[in-house]
Amino acid sequence: MTSAQKIYFYPVWLRIWHGFNALGILVLIITGISMQSSVEASQILSFNWIINLHNIAGIVVTLSYFIFFVGNLVTPNGKFYIVKPKGFLKRPIQQATYYAWGMFHGAKPPYPISEKRKFNPLQKYAYIAVMYIAVPVVIVSGFALLFPEIIIDQIYTFSGVFVTAIFHSAMGFFISVFLIVHLYIASIGKSPIENFKSIINGWHHVH
Amino acid sequence: MKYCLFLLILFSLSFVSWHSDAQSYENAKHHQCLKCHSNQTYSFMNSVKGKEEKRLMNPYFILDTVAMTNGVHKPFDCTDCHSSEYASYPHNGNLKLEPLSTCLDCHGGDESFASYHFERIEEEFKKSVHYKVYGDNFSCSKCHSQHTYVATSRNSDNVLEIVDYSNKMCLSCHNDMKKYELISGHENPKLRQVHDWLPNQELHFKNVRCIECHTEVLDSLQVSHNILPKTQALRKCVECHSANSRLQASLYKYHNLQKRSENGELKMVLANESYVIGSHQIPHLKMASIVIFILTLVGIIIHATFRILKKK
Repeated sequence: MTSAQKIYFYPVWLRIWHGFNALGILVLIITGISMQSSVEASQILSFNWIINLHNIAGIVVTLSYFIFFVGNLVTPNGKFYIVKPKGFLKRPIQQATYYAWGMFHGAKPPYPISEKRKFNPLQKYAYIAVMYIAVPVVIVSGFALLFPEIIIDQIYTFSGVFVTAIFHSAMGFFISVFLIVHLYIASIGKSPIENFKSIINGWHHVH
Repeated sequence: MKYCLFLLILFSLSFVSWHSDAQSYENAKHHQCLKCHSNQTYSFMNSVKGKEEKRLMNPYFILDTVAMTNGVHKPFDCTDCHSSEYASYPHNGNLKLEPLSTCLDCHGGDESFASYHFERIEEEFKKSVHYKVYGDNFSCSKCHSQHTYVATSRNSDNVLEIVDYSNKMCLSCHNDMKKYELISGHENPKLRQVHDWLPNQELHFKNVRCIECHTEVLDSLQVSHNILPKTQALRKCVECHSANSRLQASLYKYHNLQKRSENGELKMVLANESYVIGSHQIPHLKMASIVIFILTLVGIIIHATFRILKKK
């Protein structure tokens, strides 16, 4: 393996953001589930602590989101999140077909990653959906639930707090599903732990 | 002439009794008792000094005459419960020492009050910390003012009004140094301090009844009267903020069921006023999330199996 096959994919700021985000979201998911279901999580931590932890992790994720958002504005990393209208649906479908069929039948990845293409189309769409829709929605609704007095009392016939709570937990749920798929797909590579090493040391091997 | 005089007396008596009949006066000043007991002051002839004297009325003996005309006991006159000897003025001081009727004296064992379950309430009350610590000194009227009581939780369709009315009953002692000390013999705990663990305290106080956490909730009794000692009070948010909500057990359950029959189930579940966390409150969303979660795992397991088989 030569150095030409190694790309410095994940700059320090991005790895810091990703680290805080990953830890924060894991804590949010675990505390979130124990808060809204009747899971007897209080055996490990008291309910008050679960709430405190959820609030603290929420603020950590919010702050780290600013690193992500500003980082993508001021560094070239932001361009990886731009979607081209050409092949808007065809490209991700090709990628999905590769995952479901092609990769087991000796096909080459349709969108191999390079310095110009950090994410394959499916990955890009998923990241945009999570980082530019789901996470902002959970952040905004989460802060609204921290300060329920700012939520409008009634939305049509529904209680505003209730609707906000539903949006918050529904989005939280989709982020949880994303996390599972994200972790699984990250294991697809030369070896299952290769991508996990990359996000820690910053270097990605191109095969 | 004698006959005429008798008629005149009879007529004036009927006039007096018409005025003091029940709480249906237009002006409390026309009521024999309330003309003093709705006032800050009263006057009486001091026979020792031989002159009329004016004194301040004991504030606890001043009655809210407007609330009385709305209360459940408005058909009754004062002397239906208090000694008829109070009709003479100045009152005989010893009258205060006579025992008053208890609520169960009238309400107990009466079929017309069956739906209120007075006997069960008494049973529950006898298990409560109020009775266990203070015994018979703690009567129904400590919470339910016999003069002004309104059955709000039964008759109001406004949850906030029910919460407010119910909480004011507790606060009338627990937030009143004198009344609290009268029964307990010690100072009342500062409610904001003892509840400082509770997130969004203000919001909870406004929207949730004290008894929701401080009583043993029974489905069969609309308001449980078994007030628990503070060590057994509810401190777990999930008990209310979960699908099988404790709040739904009593007040909210009662209201939901009533409204559900009017509006159809799904709309009512969504329009529920109670503060609850998350999509798991809606059975359809809960089911959808479980299905999506399982499908995701199944997809991953199938894919991983192929990867292992194909060594990818």
